[in-house]
Amino acid sequence: MIDILICITSGLGALFVLLAAVGTLRMPDQYLRISVNTKAATLGVGLLLVSAALFFLEISVFTRVVTVIIFILITAPVGAHLIGRTSYFIGNELWGDSVIDDLKGKYNKSTHELKGEDKENESENEKDSIPKT
Amino acid sequence: MNVHDFLYYIILPILSISSLLVFVRFFKGPSIVDRVVALDLLITIGIGIIAIYSVISDKPTFLDISLVLALIAFLGTVAFAYYLEKRNKND
Repeated sequence: MIDILICITSGLGALFVLLAAVGTLRMPDQYLRISVNTKAATLGVGLLLVSAALFFLEISVFTRVVTVIIFILITAPVGAHLIGRTSYFIGNELWGDSVIDDLKGKYNKSTHELKGEDKENESENEKDSIPKT
Repeated sequence: MNVHDFLYYIILPILSISSLLVFVRFFKGPSIVDRVVALDLLITIGIGIIAIYSVISDKPTFLDISLVLALIAFLGTVAFAYYLEKRNKND
């Protein structure tokens, strides 16, 4: 019974990792590649680690596996966001068939600050909201 | 066919093929961001290979190395993103 579970989890994990690799090779755009990497590879590696935990069935292995999975779940989106932001600043173009670019014209190219549409009003409100002592 | 054979003859070759595909993107990648992303994915696939290898060789100690590798992958991505953005800012 436990062997079948190990086979299913490891097979699904390897399949997701393979899909992530194919997506990295075939996707037309950096942002799409980052998206594929983050989601599919996280799920695939998580399933592979779960199969290892099911094989050993010890508390020490289980804690290690849970630590690695939580660490990957926390750090993968952070790293993807950072590298995608950098890619936008470096000036990499979106794919030609991309429909919408929400950040277009909203990033200050020299200071790397994101301007909102009503930034001045927000700053005024912040000044007003500060209590005068 | 027991679990050992299944992992050794099916899962490990799939992981090897996927890491080869990522290597193609790593060498081909038009910009440096592609290479950083491919490197991140390579280390992530390495974590999976270590997990399967610890099952095959029946040594759970290898799972410690996967934790260190996850840490290194995150640090590498963050450092590359930080310095690439900074280099672009100073130009």
